[in-house]
Amino acid sequence: MLIDQFPAIVVGVPLVAAALCAIVRNETACWLIALAVAFLSFVGSATMLGQIQEYGVALSYEMGGWAPPAGIELRVDLLSGYLLVLVSLIATAVLIYGRQSVRVEIKESIRGWYYTMYLLCMCGLLGIVITGDAFNAFVFMEISSLSMYTLIALGKDRRALAAAYQYLIMGTIGATMYVIGVGLLFTITGTLNLVDMADRLAPLLDTPAAIAGMAFVVVGLSLKIALFPLHLWLPNAYAFAPSAVTAFLAATATKVSIYLLMRFIYSVFGFGFAIEQTPIPEVVMVLSIAAIFAGSFSAIFQENIKRMLAYSSVAQIGYITLGIALANATGLTGSLVHIFNHAVMKGALFMLVGGIALQIGTVRLSDMAGVGKAMPLTMFGFVLGGFSMLGVPGTVGFVSKWYLAIGALENGWWWVVALLMLSSLLVLAYMGRVIEVAFFRERPEGAPPISEAPKSMLMTAWVFILACIYLGFDTSFTVGVAQQAVDVLMGGAQ
Amino acid sequence: MRGHLILRVVSKLLIPFLLLFALYVQFHGDFGPGGGFQAGVIVAAAFVLYALIFGLREMQRIIPPAALEVAVPLGVLIYAGVGVLTWFLGGNFLDYGMLDSHDPSHGQHLGILLVEAGVLLTVASTMLLIFYTFAGRGR
Repeated sequence: MLIDQFPAIVVGVPLVAAALCAIVRNETACWLIALAVAFLSFVGSATMLGQIQEYGVALSYEMGGWAPPAGIELRVDLLSGYLLVLVSLIATAVLIYGRQSVRVEIKESIRGWYYTMYLLCMCGLLGIVITGDAFNAFVFMEISSLSMYTLIALGKDRRALAAAYQYLIMGTIGATMYVIGVGLLFTITGTLNLVDMADRLAPLLDTPAAIAGMAFVVVGLSLKIALFPLHLWLPNAYAFAPSAVTAFLAATATKVSIYLLMRFIYSVFGFGFAIEQTPIPEVVMVLSIAAIFAGSFSAIFQENIKRMLAYSSVAQIGYITLGIALANATGLTGSLVHIFNHAVMKGALFMLVGGIALQIGTVRLSDMAGVGKAMPLTMFGFVLGGFSMLGVPGTVGFVSKWYLAIGALENGWWWVVALLMLSSLLVLAYMGRVIEVAFFRERPEGAPPISEAPKSMLMTAWVFILACIYLGFDTSFTVGVAQQAVDVLMGGAQ
Repeated sequence: MRGHLILRVVSKLLIPFLLLFALYVQFHGDFGPGGGFQAGVIVAAAFVLYALIFGLREMQRIIPPAALEVAVPLGVLIYAGVGVLTWFLGGNFLDYGMLDSHDPSHGQHLGILLVEAGVLLTVASTMLLIFYTFAGRGR
């Protein structure tokens, strides 16, 4: 049946298309290929997720016809299906959104390469999520990271090169630590298949090799996630990358690494060991709360809006990892829901900022005076996105914070709830600054007239803003899937 | 390069054997250590030696950079194309056994041969392109 081939189609076709784009190199043709392929991946992912929800069985695919655990297995269960839908959805939307801004920000001669790298990055991110093999995940991680470094370096500002280089060094250290960890686990279990590894690891968990392997994997992935204090690569990478790349990167790259971390902590090492017998929850909780406050405080003092939103991402990643540290079903649900919600709202905000950058030419706060009058739709969307970041009831931000707060209360950690409330005030401070400058200051005399961003950019951003509100009321998709996925995680590797 | 007669003669003598050795490594990949990656590096080394002795311009006359930029993705396309072919033959992605309807083990041989050819092309042209980029700097 065709659906049996879907797991391979979702990652295989983007790879073929990337090679095709590199040969064709005509901008319009590449864009059409990329859009068609991204949409195909989205349809494939959504179909698989629907199928799994209906029948409750994970899809397993034998790569090259070799049966796991010896062969590489592609494995789609509720959790990976949920992430696949997220990544392919964002990839499709950013392609529609980015056409105009790519034309302005990237030289014509390399636009074909841009779409090649974009497709490779998408292939890598989808691959990390879909693979059931620890080393294959590393290969896909490298595919996505290397193409991501290239994409960031395409930024107009020359500092983009330095940002990409910084990310390259940090990302490589992270990936190396991950592969050392996987190597240690491989030496004691003799397998790379995640499900098989979980089974064989169970009696060996107390050995030093297993503990060292776990430490390497967790620290390596934390670097990729940009968990405080390993977040130093993130602000510059987000700030200097082309607008479309920032929107894509912010909404997907860190999320996929968080997925892999969850897989290792909950499925491979297991709740009973990683959570109950190691200090992982305590360490992750302290770092998450530090991330929330350090990220938000730094965001308040940024002059560059993209950098401000980047520091805000550091803080939001803190919320997601906080759910991992809470280690109960409600907290983990909040964390999974926030993966989706944060992708939607931060994607929308970066898309709107990309529109502003296109129209006024900079992303400095001081140049944004009076933008609210000239670009009312853009700034109104920004305000709604800001509400969502703040966690106003009726937006997605509220839903995820609600679950996190309930999760904290279940553990009796009322002070975490208090800190969550306090952190929302910081969001108000940095989002409020932008709104104040844009709406309550006049545009300086003699500044060139500006208008709204191109329709394709504005519409895509607004679809996401409306999604922020819709998913704030109708939580049946996000919370529904997240709760079922949590059952999978808490129940071990199935 | 006018002088350096010995270098020119010796390298001209060596390059065919380097390429032959690359092919040996390439086809040995089925049975032992070797394969497309190693062979690709050896092929690139032969061309790099030529460029070092006879000059970058002479080398780029034989293989222009634009051709390499096509060859890199083409290799990937050959690799992934085999996967797509196995899809159409009714198997899983990269299930080489499908390539021969009579004997799956012949299909496995054929599949590895094709896939490794793609790897050779991509690795050799990537290596050479990196060399071009570094050697062409400051001109």
